[in-house]
Amino acid sequence: MAPKKNARDITPSAAATSQASTANAGSVPPQPKSVAAKRGAANWDAVLQNIYQHYVDATPQRTKLVDVFLLFLVVVGAIQFLYCVLAGNFPFNAFLSGFSATVGQFVLTISLRIQTTESNKNDFPSVSPERAFADYVVCSLILHFFCVNFIN
Amino acid sequence: MTVKTQDTLAAVTGPNTRTLLRVVILLLIAGAAVSSRLFSVIRFESIIHEFDPWFNFRATKYLVANGFYKFWDWFDDRTWYPLGRVTGGTLYPGLMVTSGAIYHALRALAVPVDIRNICVLLAPAFSGLTAYASYLLTNEMVTSPSAGLLAAIFMGIAPGYISRSVAGSYDNEAIAIFLLVFTFFLWIKALKLGSMLWGALCALFYGYMVASWGGYAFITNLLPVHALVLIGMGRYSTRLYVSYTTWYALGTLASMQIPFVGFLPVKTSEHMPALGIFGFLQLIGFIQYVRSAISGRQFHTFLATLILATFAIGLGGLVALTSLGYAKIHIPIIASVSEHQPTAWPSFFFDLNFLIWLFPAGVYLCFQNLRDEHVFIVVYAIFGSYFAGVMVRLMLTLTPVVCVAAAMAVSQILDTYLLVKEPDAEDLAREAADSAKKTSGGLRAMKKPKVGIYTNLSKVVITSAMTIYLVMFVAHCTWVTSNAYSSPSVVLASRMPDGSQHIIDDYREAYQWLRQNTKEDAKIMSWWDYGYQIGGMADRPTLVDNNTWNNTHIATVGKAMSSREEVSYPIMRQHEVDYVLVVFGGLLGYSGDDINKFLWMVRIAEGIWPDEIKERDFFTQRGEYRVDDGATDTMKNSLMYKMSYYNYASLFPAGQVTDRVRGVRLPDQGPVLNTVEEAFTSENWIIRIYKVKDLDNVGRDHFSAAAFDRGQKKKKSQKKRGARVLRVD
Repeated sequence: MAPKKNARDITPSAAATSQASTANAGSVPPQPKSVAAKRGAANWDAVLQNIYQHYVDATPQRTKLVDVFLLFLVVVGAIQFLYCVLAGNFPFNAFLSGFSATVGQFVLTISLRIQTTESNKNDFPSVSPERAFADYVVCSLILHFFCVNFIN
Repeated sequence: MTVKTQDTLAAVTGPNTRTLLRVVILLLIAGAAVSSRLFSVIRFESIIHEFDPWFNFRATKYLVANGFYKFWDWFDDRTWYPLGRVTGGTLYPGLMVTSGAIYHALRALAVPVDIRNICVLLAPAFSGLTAYASYLLTNEMVTSPSAGLLAAIFMGIAPGYISRSVAGSYDNEAIAIFLLVFTFFLWIKALKLGSMLWGALCALFYGYMVASWGGYAFITNLLPVHALVLIGMGRYSTRLYVSYTTWYALGTLASMQIPFVGFLPVKTSEHMPALGIFGFLQLIGFIQYVRSAISGRQFHTFLATLILATFAIGLGGLVALTSLGYAKIHIPIIASVSEHQPTAWPSFFFDLNFLIWLFPAGVYLCFQNLRDEHVFIVVYAIFGSYFAGVMVRLMLTLTPVVCVAAAMAVSQILDTYLLVKEPDAEDLAREAADSAKKTSGGLRAMKKPKVGIYTNLSKVVITSAMTIYLVMFVAHCTWVTSNAYSSPSVVLASRMPDGSQHIIDDYREAYQWLRQNTKEDAKIMSWWDYGYQIGGMADRPTLVDNNTWNNTHIATVGKAMSSREEVSYPIMRQHEVDYVLVVFGGLLGYSGDDINKFLWMVRIAEGIWPDEIKERDFFTQRGEYRVDDGATDTMKNSLMYKMSYYNYASLFPAGQVTDRVRGVRLPDQGPVLNTVEEAFTSENWIIRIYKVKDLDNVGRDHFSAAAFDRGQKKKKSQKKRGARVLRVD
């Protein structure tokens, strides 16, 4: 069931990707290209706008879900770091294990996201999305074992 | 040779036979690797060699006897006598835990083997695994499976690796080289597949490596450099991101589990490259993502802003970290001077024979089809050669890459010249034209010339030349292993005039005497070289040992050895020393004795007490270091000199007292000892043990007491009263 839904999900979005990029390439250059050399600040808004637009259009639903988790990890990591800066790092191993748990989970999730993205399929001929998820689970288990062991 | 049999057989049968052959060959290689390391066990006995392994052996015995948790927080009060050593937190536990696990596994299988035999034979067993690991690593590099088999046999018997892994050399390197090669194999595998699981496996074996050897820093720096070179070549890929970040995130956490390593991976500078590349990869991954999202012009704006922001944040972070004092915590690296010697050319040829000149050829071949894994070999080759050139000991880390690269070169030659089929001229011309059209740009070295070998004569000549080289390599390796690397330093072997072997076993004789004839907690003072052996063989507490973590304590022993007796005796009393052990090779011509090391004791003591010990005082006016009549007074009165030459003159007829190491005549009248007395001297006078006297019963100092005992009282009693001081109660 899962792969079917996946496939249905992705085919239109892949088309959207190509559309969006061509649309971008087609529509953007005439307007800001001449302006870009003079005004950097106005262009910067457009850049952010474009990135956001591309993200909303081209990302499948599941990947967005993964991204929410990523955002959560970033927030947790930032809070931990802020607390460490404000309150000192006395149990340094506790700080390290908590912080590196978020960092490690973050990069593992990014890896999962990379491996399950349709456009990266050529890079990973031997990794199916299911395999990627199983790897992700195993790696996360190892990570959490180490973190729990290190936090004492 | 293997290729030839494979090819002819493959024509007859198929892949099954090849697999069978491969398994048989690998088993034979493992057999060769194990059996070539057994010279010393067969010639002498199954015993631990050298100095450091004695501590590892002692720690392993403690682990086996007391269990893992007690070993993990073991406070050893029988070394560094007044201080003790927190052993659980100051060693790499991988070696001991490995042999402990093997011990228990064998017990569970109802094969009860003594722990000593497991420790002695651990290194040969792991060398078989190393051969297999280098087979796997080489197979990742080239398509031809013969290269892997060649690399396995090279790695199995290359003297550069055997020197550190003969039976009885129970040192960390015994398992570390296997872990090094296997970690590299897993890294290459992870990089090629871009798989998280292989990355995690790589991290786990990296963690095992960290638990085993301090040389793990080599991996920690080589993988980031490889990643950096790949990025610099414009070969960043999502596979690199996945494999590197998985390795780093899991591997760093794994390495921090070892108490000896602790927080080092986030604090010291040698771990910073890995962290830096980790951050850099995040940045590049993000930039790559954005690049796919927006157009080129916008991307440039974005990139410029991002780089500026990163630079600002990085600068701020650096300043913050420095002010927080992270960088101030300085962990001194114990850098022993003797291991920093540069390597001479002959030792490259001695340790690697014909691999050393095939090694550059193999690296050159890596350039020909430069894939990601070949870049790794190139980077490893450059770094490994540099470090091996700087330090003799690091020949060990160079050997794996030499074996892999040389195997690639040899198999390339054999693959080319062992092809029985003659090339078709027209076919080749067409192919050549095609390839010339295709590869018009790029490096010239990357174009492969399409040439075939037509005559059978050239094939036969080249092949037989290679075969002769291979056979000579085997002969050389066996000869080197047998003659240079298979001598235990505990027993000294010499030849009698009739060719029979004579074993000089003074060390164990003396240590056995200590073990049987002294109190259980009698403290032994000796120079630090013998600390581990005394702890391991004599089982007595020592003041200093080979783990030179406290320099002041070593200097104290140096001061006691190099001072006059009046100065040394209080020092020895303060440290509750019962026995003093010195090594003296004058009778036998054993050059590694304490008189030859004496200047180091003086120098180390001078570093702490420059007013009391001066190196200059031990040299004559003309700057000579002499032990005979012309020796300086400071030298003659030092405790070490007196203990070494005490009673030595009684062995010889008058006027012929000779020191065979220094090659000098000694005075007939030997030194006199007042505060210590001779307790034991071994058969060949190599080890001399002295007992520190107790305080005098009637409160005299030892000199007047000894003088009284010798009857040296003044014949004419002097009536005159000497200058006396007022008695103070």
